[in-house]
Amino acid sequence: MRILIKKGRIIEPSLQLDLVGDIYVVDGKIAGLEANIEAEADEIIPAHGLWVMPGLVDIHVHLREPGEEWKEDLETGTLSALYGGVLRVACMPNTKPPNDSPEVTAYILKEAKRRAHVKVYPIACITKAQAGKELTEFGRLKEAGAVALSDDGKWVEDAELMRKALLYAQAFELPIISHPEDPKLSAHGEVNLGEISAKLGFKGIPFTAETCAVVRDLLLAKETKGRLHLAHLSVKENLPFLRWAKEEGINFTAETCPHYFHFTEDLCDNYNTLAKVNPPLRTQEDVEAIKQALKEGLIEVIASDHAPHSSLEKEVEFALASPGMIGLEFLLPLSAHLEKEGVLSPLRLAELLITNPAKVIQIPPPSLKPGSPAEIILFDPEKDNLVTPETIRSKSKNTPLLGKTLKGKVLQVILKERIIFF
Amino acid sequence: MTHLLDIHSLSPQEIEHYLTLAENLKEVLHRPIPKVPTLRGKLVLLLFYEPSTRTKFSFERACKILSADIMSFQAKGSSLEKGESLLDTVKNLKALGINLIVIRHNLSGTPHFLAKHLDLPIVNAGDGIHEHPTQALLDLLTVKEKLGTLTDLRVVIVGDIKHSRVAHSDILAFQKMGSSVIVVGPAHLLPTPSEAEYFKLRSGGFKVCYSLKEALKGADVLIALRVQKERHQSPLLPSEREYHLCFGLRWNHLELLKEGALLLHPGPINWGIELDPSLEKYPFQVILEQVENGVAIRMAVLLTLLSGA
Repeated sequence: MRILIKKGRIIEPSLQLDLVGDIYVVDGKIAGLEANIEAEADEIIPAHGLWVMPGLVDIHVHLREPGEEWKEDLETGTLSALYGGVLRVACMPNTKPPNDSPEVTAYILKEAKRRAHVKVYPIACITKAQAGKELTEFGRLKEAGAVALSDDGKWVEDAELMRKALLYAQAFELPIISHPEDPKLSAHGEVNLGEISAKLGFKGIPFTAETCAVVRDLLLAKETKGRLHLAHLSVKENLPFLRWAKEEGINFTAETCPHYFHFTEDLCDNYNTLAKVNPPLRTQEDVEAIKQALKEGLIEVIASDHAPHSSLEKEVEFALASPGMIGLEFLLPLSAHLEKEGVLSPLRLAELLITNPAKVIQIPPPSLKPGSPAEIILFDPEKDNLVTPETIRSKSKNTPLLGKTLKGKVLQVILKERIIFF
Repeated sequence: MTHLLDIHSLSPQEIEHYLTLAENLKEVLHRPIPKVPTLRGKLVLLLFYEPSTRTKFSFERACKILSADIMSFQAKGSSLEKGESLLDTVKNLKALGINLIVIRHNLSGTPHFLAKHLDLPIVNAGDGIHEHPTQALLDLLTVKEKLGTLTDLRVVIVGDIKHSRVAHSDILAFQKMGSSVIVVGPAHLLPTPSEAEYFKLRSGGFKVCYSLKEALKGADVLIALRVQKERHQSPLLPSEREYHLCFGLRWNHLELLKEGALLLHPGPINWGIELDPSLEKYPFQVILEQVENGVAIRMAVLLTLLSGA
């Protein structure tokens, strides 16, 4: 089958291209990328005004399988990804049981091969059962297919253990993904410390819960030369330390999520559990600082931290509600907002969503280079998209965006031989 | 008004309404037979998930005077221990024909959670470290009765502000009525500057102070708080002896106050920790008046929410 995509805005970070042109796909492979292609085609897709990009890579996703399939599973989670234009997902290991063994890693890969709509890359635990006591079998996990190590949801509190992990992982070229949160500082906090914690009557989570952890992990990475990735950064106080770490040449990357540059703590008002997330939503100042960090290149990855929870976990007392929100289907619309605000060029945005995350887990990113498999998304940056439970493909509907209209929507995905219309 | 969830969402007019109604209802308390049929046939659920003496009995007394029926709920021995969720428990209880729920809970926002999911008036009788609105209303009523005004007063609250829902409600309530509030206590049990932004309803209306003596100078109202040991996730004070020494109120402190200044305490009191036992003799302490006014305020709340008074 031959597909010709005409006159789209092609944004291709691997090739550093941002131009209006055509893409020709023959038998599931990119056959041409030119300003103008005249060729026979079975399907011609007019793409005027659309962004034509390689599929996104999201390295912070909770697919909840095995163990919490009432929230999400490999099929529904990857369907949600597909609709969001995310064609590669790395899934976090805090499943039940946690992915701390080659058997669980292999199970995820086997099931994904059978049922997933997009490619799945498992992330395995740093410590057994995420208990922060003993390292997992990094070598066997790598062999089973793990692409990174993380105790996501928990910080490795024991500095000496984290130091060992950063050293040991180097033999296997696995990045260590830190969930930077000192649990002693954040315990029982529920929401950001400040006006919102005072208003709702919670202890509040201070910025130090995050920044102390960030600084410790950066220092350990400096000493060990280990490969560190800092997940979901949310506070402005990180910035000087990230600048310092860049100057020092520390081997690290940092990530943030759309909710940290798009939402503020006010969303938690009236005990809205859909806005409860960890780290918590912060203030407008923090939002501006995170944008600044993206602009300066201090934060190089945008990930969704897609965290599905059912109404059983969300329609409860605020302090009992599970933290997290779904994000795969909103990753691109919310990130594209940064382009509208002039924070990032479309090409830089594509780097943060495609090539940089792929680099962290060392996989080849989807590309529009002739010869590559076709993994193309067509995104309309201007299309209004009302978010309702019915339009969400994830099994869970936990997002504070319900009832709101988003700007931007992925309209089509071309995945190998298939054209998928949404 | 459909619920009483917190002082934050009340307007000064609504507060005034409750105070005026309570003042009028107080007369009933002093009748030879203190009972009126106003709420006959109404069923009130008292849902207390935390220990309570005066608040629970105060609501119970208010119900009985107004002839409302009461169902009392003990978390211990209920289906909650069988794993039933709060919402399910309450939905089942509602099916029994309840007209109003009074809830005390250890988690902040639980009354708001019920209000969102149930079509019933909800009264907050204290939620976590958030608010205790009927306590603030009865404090206002007590001060108004004794000092004749609620405007331009200097109110000082001493103690563990961070974990005190009474303090949070009082801070908002006194400011809404036109007075200013100063809080003082161990620095780590006080609002942080960013939290203070929330409590400050107008310029000069709210101040956080680290020095007890400075805070007390010229105050019209002094509210002492109990150290909320049960709400501390870890011991927050070196010792009770040290607390009493540094932040306990003694007779010489009262001399810093304005002549005739009131001393309030929401109870229960730990004599010898936050208050020196000799202060029981202070002529302007109004601790027992607070208890009586509590009944009047709760009558006003029940009447307003159940009969639209």
